[in-house]
Amino acid sequence: MTTQDTRERLELLQGTLDLLILRTLIFGAQHGQGIARAIQQTSDEELLVEHGALYPALQRLEERKWISAKWGISRNNRKARFYTLTAAGRKQLVRETSKWNRLTAAIGRILESEEG
Amino acid sequence: MFQRTRKASDFGAEIEAHIALETERLQEQGLSDEDARTEARRRFGNVTRVQERFYEASRWPMWDHFQQDVRYAARMLRKSPGFTAIAVLTIALGIGATTAIFSVVDATLLRPLLYPHPEQLVSVVDDLPGVGARDVGMSVPEWHDFARSGIFEYVSPTGGGDVNVTGSSEPTRILFETVGPNYFALLGVPTELGRAFDPEDQTPGFTLEVVISDALWKGAFGGDPRILDRDIRLDNDLYRIVGVMPASFRDPGQTSAQRGTQLWAAAGFAGPPAPEPLRASHFLAPVIARIKPGLTISEAQSRLDALVGSLQKEYPRDYPLQSAWRVRLVPLKQAVVGDVRQSLILLLGAVGLVLLIGCVNVANLLLARASSRGREMAVRQALGAERKRLMWQLLTEGLLLSLLGGVVGLVILYCAKGFLLQIVPERLPRLNEVTINWPALLFALLATLLAGAIFGLAPAWHAARPDLTRMLKQEGRGSSASREQARTRRALVISEFALSLVLMIAAGLLLRSFADLLQVQLGYNPQNVMAVRTWLPIPNDPATDIYRTPALQAPFLREVLRRGRTLPGVEEIAVGNVEALPLGHERSDLNLYPLIINGRETPSSEAPLVDGAIVTPGYFHLLGMTLLRGRLFGESDNESAPPVVVINEAFARTYWPNENPVGQRIKLRTAGDRASLTWNTVVGVIADARTESLADASAPRMYMSLYQRTAKDWAIFVRGQLDTAAIPVQLRAQVQSVDPELPVFGARTLSDVFSASLAERRFSMEIVGLFALTALLLAALGIYGVISYIVSERTHEIGIRLALGAQRHRILQMILSQGLGLAIAGAAIGLVGAVIVAHLMAGVLYGVRPTDPVTFVSVALLLIAVALLACYIPARRAIRVDPLVALRYE
Repeated sequence: MTTQDTRERLELLQGTLDLLILRTLIFGAQHGQGIARAIQQTSDEELLVEHGALYPALQRLEERKWISAKWGISRNNRKARFYTLTAAGRKQLVRETSKWNRLTAAIGRILESEEG
Repeated sequence: MFQRTRKASDFGAEIEAHIALETERLQEQGLSDEDARTEARRRFGNVTRVQERFYEASRWPMWDHFQQDVRYAARMLRKSPGFTAIAVLTIALGIGATTAIFSVVDATLLRPLLYPHPEQLVSVVDDLPGVGARDVGMSVPEWHDFARSGIFEYVSPTGGGDVNVTGSSEPTRILFETVGPNYFALLGVPTELGRAFDPEDQTPGFTLEVVISDALWKGAFGGDPRILDRDIRLDNDLYRIVGVMPASFRDPGQTSAQRGTQLWAAAGFAGPPAPEPLRASHFLAPVIARIKPGLTISEAQSRLDALVGSLQKEYPRDYPLQSAWRVRLVPLKQAVVGDVRQSLILLLGAVGLVLLIGCVNVANLLLARASSRGREMAVRQALGAERKRLMWQLLTEGLLLSLLGGVVGLVILYCAKGFLLQIVPERLPRLNEVTINWPALLFALLATLLAGAIFGLAPAWHAARPDLTRMLKQEGRGSSASREQARTRRALVISEFALSLVLMIAAGLLLRSFADLLQVQLGYNPQNVMAVRTWLPIPNDPATDIYRTPALQAPFLREVLRRGRTLPGVEEIAVGNVEALPLGHERSDLNLYPLIINGRETPSSEAPLVDGAIVTPGYFHLLGMTLLRGRLFGESDNESAPPVVVINEAFARTYWPNENPVGQRIKLRTAGDRASLTWNTVVGVIADARTESLADASAPRMYMSLYQRTAKDWAIFVRGQLDTAAIPVQLRAQVQSVDPELPVFGARTLSDVFSASLAERRFSMEIVGLFALTALLLAALGIYGVISYIVSERTHEIGIRLALGAQRHRILQMILSQGLGLAIAGAAIGLVGAVIVAHLMAGVLYGVRPTDPVTFVSVALLLIAVALLACYIPARRAIRVDPLVALRYE
């Protein structure tokens, strides 16, 4: 765990956690711990996600009917609650992704023009 | 978000699963069991916080807090049942009374009349302000002018009365109305069966078609489906039933009785039996009309004014300028309600005030409790409770109290509904529409919420700005805020006392009036007397009247007397007209006679008018009236003997103050023919009796013999040990065995008639008395609250005083004198108000002066005594204080 302790990790921007969860679930059903691990690994351990923060977010997404949940058995034979992307969630992901892309592009342009 | 789909335990299980999975993964990476578990928990973060967030997100926190507050408030109320009961009862009384009065106001004033487009319906009233005459009636030519004016869609005269109905199962006396043929078209209500009158019918007299009510159809005709085109006899005249109105239809009359009209006959009012249709012959009243659609009442009024002006120019002889003829349009609803409007609004105001005193009082109680709960509030706030939460919680307590009170009030009202409607005088218009309906319930709910907000806000406001440190340090000692509060509470108590004194004096004066009335020497004896009414028909053509002269009437009369005397228990029997029914008749100008005294002849138009009743000889003895001079009627004073009269003392005193009235002659009109006058001899003088009104001293009055005059509106009197259930049936059988066409109705004992004549007085006395008692109770509670508060505030001081050797009775005196001060201040203000109110009431008082010192002094003393009693309870608590405990109190 040394790498994790020495590197200064990035705090998540508000509202981006939902997007990351939806994105992670595009590869198939996953449980909370799996989502947390996926976010960490996919971001090259750059993002700091407090695992606990995931669950209220999952609950929120479930209430908005963007994801659905079912208890199931994990790979190593443990009970876990598995989340799946719904059709509405898929649409939301597309919307949010394009919004995010426009946002980062715009911010990027501003930052580059200042540097230049 | 509003419903929880997921349980917290399920959420907890998921968290557990997460930590287990993470621990396993970390173990796979080579960590020891212990380290893996710790690291997994560390990475998860604060489990409790996550669970809280789940909890809050999945609920509605406001609702949650509200539920908590309600539970807490319910617990607090349960913990002090005495306080709760008093507060709930206070509110229940206020809400119940206010809702009761509101439901009456709603039915009479607020609800529109139950006809299509009721805003177009008006009453058309002729006034002659120049000679000070209002509502003189309309003449037939005026009616036709107005109907043709283009201002109205329809104009219809109406005229109520009662009439004998024969041709159904049993001869009955019913309320009927003579109306214009366009009456139902005007009201806009279709018939249930058959048809209404033809609005264009031009028949001058009665059209001989009638429409009957659903009640008459179902009652007298047993709901016969072949009712249409059936014949019906009204006072022996033949009419044809053409229609039946729906059960929901009510005539727009002023009283419940009129609204129960059972039959409508159409007439043109221009042929017999109506008088000649002259322009100056004003006899149509009341007249109602429907304004043309699109016109407002004020537009119609201004066009009508123009029409009246041009008619005045056209017929100057019929409308002399000095009489200043005017025609007024009054919205029909207002005309129906009449002058009850103001008194109802006043009553609603008064009852609202009682509710307000109730609220003030509960606020007082809550404030007193709030100051004893000050420490609890401060502690909770110090522990982090938000101020807003505390305010809400106190407000919730107030609302819960008021809702409980409202519910109890409505339950009481609902149970007492029948009784309450019974004590309301029958003359109240639209009484039959009074119900506890949705508007009334809505009103009760609003009043309840308002009341709860009023008295819940006071302690909530107080809780919103406590000085925490001081509250925690010195509970019970007066801070400046609570001193200000105490001043307010004292002012409230003083005003409560003032108001209840006013109400109590009003009630006291009414009570004394009522008691005095019951002591009045009646001058006749109503015990063991029963009266039953019948009505000899008045056909449209006088020639067909089989009882049109005294000689034609006499055989029937003697037969009724003879048969009645044989009934079981009957010791005496007499017949008179309704005018002879003591306290049981309305004043009617039919029974007023212009009096022309021999030797002082005056034109009959200027002659004084005197009440006259027509009776058989046995009447005076049966009612126990005393003969003072001369003689009473005898059997020989019959149709062939010279006409005689018996007068009362007031008559003798007024017209022959220094002469012997016996033997004097007066000129009176003969019955049936108003124009012809005959001389009558006074044969006797009887003592005055209160037969017209219990409250007024007797007016001049005379009695004529039924053997010498005809009467249609009979009352048959019997005296004896009577079976009051059997006698009406037996009398009916006897009368109908002589003339089977006659209805026999209205059986009442004279004692009942006597108490019914007091009904309105009793009602106002009871209502005002009830309000006064409520106010007194509330004032007593109020002063109790204030004194209790003062005592608890000064427990420490009293302890010191006692420790220093103060006498207990001195302490008692000190506390009582504070309460006494409040009561006396309130009473002093109240006395001023009571003098004003009592003078306004002078008209309804009997036997007592408005400033009756006995009432004023005794009520004031009673009030002060109640105040002292209310103060004594907390004061006794004060002197029982153990100095040691009191000093350790802090």
